[in-house]
Amino acid sequence: MPGLITMEDLTNEEIISILDDAERLLPIACGERYLPLLRGRILGNLFFEPSTRTRMSFETAMKRLGGDVINLGDVKNSSVVKGETLYDTIQMIDGYSDIIAMRHPRQGAAQYAADACKVPILNGGDGAGHHPTQTMLDLFTIRQAHGTLENLRVVLAGDLRYGRTVHSLSHALVRFGCKVIFASPKSLSMPTEIIADIVNQGGDVEETEDLLSEINQADVIYMTRIQKERFPDEDEYLKVADAYKLHARDLDDAKSEMIIMHPLPRVEEIHPSVDKTRYARYFEQAFNGVVTRMSLMCWLLGVGVPEDVIAASEVIG
Amino acid sequence: MSANEQSMRRVTAIRNGTVIDHVPGGMSLTVLKMLGIGGVMSNPVSLLMNVPSKKLVSKDIIKVEDRELNQNELDRLALVAPDASISIIRAYSVAEKLTINLSEEITNVARCSFSNCITSNSREPLPHRLLIVARDPLEIRCHYCGKLQEINDLVERLI
Repeated sequence: MPGLITMEDLTNEEIISILDDAERLLPIACGERYLPLLRGRILGNLFFEPSTRTRMSFETAMKRLGGDVINLGDVKNSSVVKGETLYDTIQMIDGYSDIIAMRHPRQGAAQYAADACKVPILNGGDGAGHHPTQTMLDLFTIRQAHGTLENLRVVLAGDLRYGRTVHSLSHALVRFGCKVIFASPKSLSMPTEIIADIVNQGGDVEETEDLLSEINQADVIYMTRIQKERFPDEDEYLKVADAYKLHARDLDDAKSEMIIMHPLPRVEEIHPSVDKTRYARYFEQAFNGVVTRMSLMCWLLGVGVPEDVIAASEVIG
Repeated sequence: MSANEQSMRRVTAIRNGTVIDHVPGGMSLTVLKMLGIGGVMSNPVSLLMNVPSKKLVSKDIIKVEDRELNQNELDRLALVAPDASISIIRAYSVAEKLTINLSEEITNVARCSFSNCITSNSREPLPHRLLIVARDPLEIRCHYCGKLQEINDLVERLI
């Protein structure tokens, strides 16, 4: 069973339909109302590397919909350290759960797991590969702010080489006719095969090293963290990282409806002064992980989200 | 006598077996490796390397005696010799002509060259799957990690 491995697994119509379902599920995700659409279902959370938001939002999403969750727990205490293959681990969890959310340090692990098991796999990140559930919550956040996904000007900034969130997102954005600007230092630029794919899709992309000059025209600025360990020394890191930091004073000429997003955790790339501006959306974005993952699990398990969620649900408390 | 006939006669005709012609010049040892031919217990093999060719700049020719290669074995060669032509020889005559089919997927012929691909763990049991995503020019990606593959890297990673 394939599940959701890359954004290529979804048509544009399916993306819109899943986002529509997510929007209706907002009162459930907020904890205002209760709707046990996934009662009796079990999510297997298989996180082979650290995760805070993705793992917890999957868990919250399943529990808000009345389902239950099993966790691999700390990899150091699992059979993985004894040398168990991913194939064997997946065979076991396949038998214990109805759907699996997985993050793995090796690229291609999600597709491999999908080939090895019967229940749907939700790729929560595979190496520097794909992170489609993050993309879905990013798209949800963009649509929430702009009312559309079409023909926007989106600047993706920071570490575009190793940042898997921007790989999946850029693929999806060009499918909706967005203009995508890759702003990064040369050493962390978008991988060539991803640019080739996007151009082959007819995508409109540009590369630049100058983030600040892109601010006034952007509808969305999507920041990512530049990691120190990608650089040979501290001086080299500081020189590059300074050019990819946003401060509230940089936003004077921004469009009024522009939004700033970040997959989090942030370090220094967005100054706290930005948090209080109208542009900051990264904390709402993190919350949106719950509602989009609720919608995705319903979709993969073939459970319809009622048109009138309010009528179908009950008030909590 | 044509250049091709001259090349073919550089070694004696075989009675029964397989002749693989139009192998790109210098690639015949790789072809033998991919077919598992050439060890101590191997059938007699004749090899012509780097002879002039109209179709290719230079080509290799391989003659394997007393062994008829089947289509499955030959299709493995699509990575290195997609234009090779194959003749099955019986009683000194060409009994059958075969061509190599480049299918949409090459399974368990070579390992993905990306060091962080899930398949780089040799204990993982699922097959090594390479997808042909474009034919001209040839573009190959790993089914699992999606990385584009260089032919030279794949030849180094034959299974």
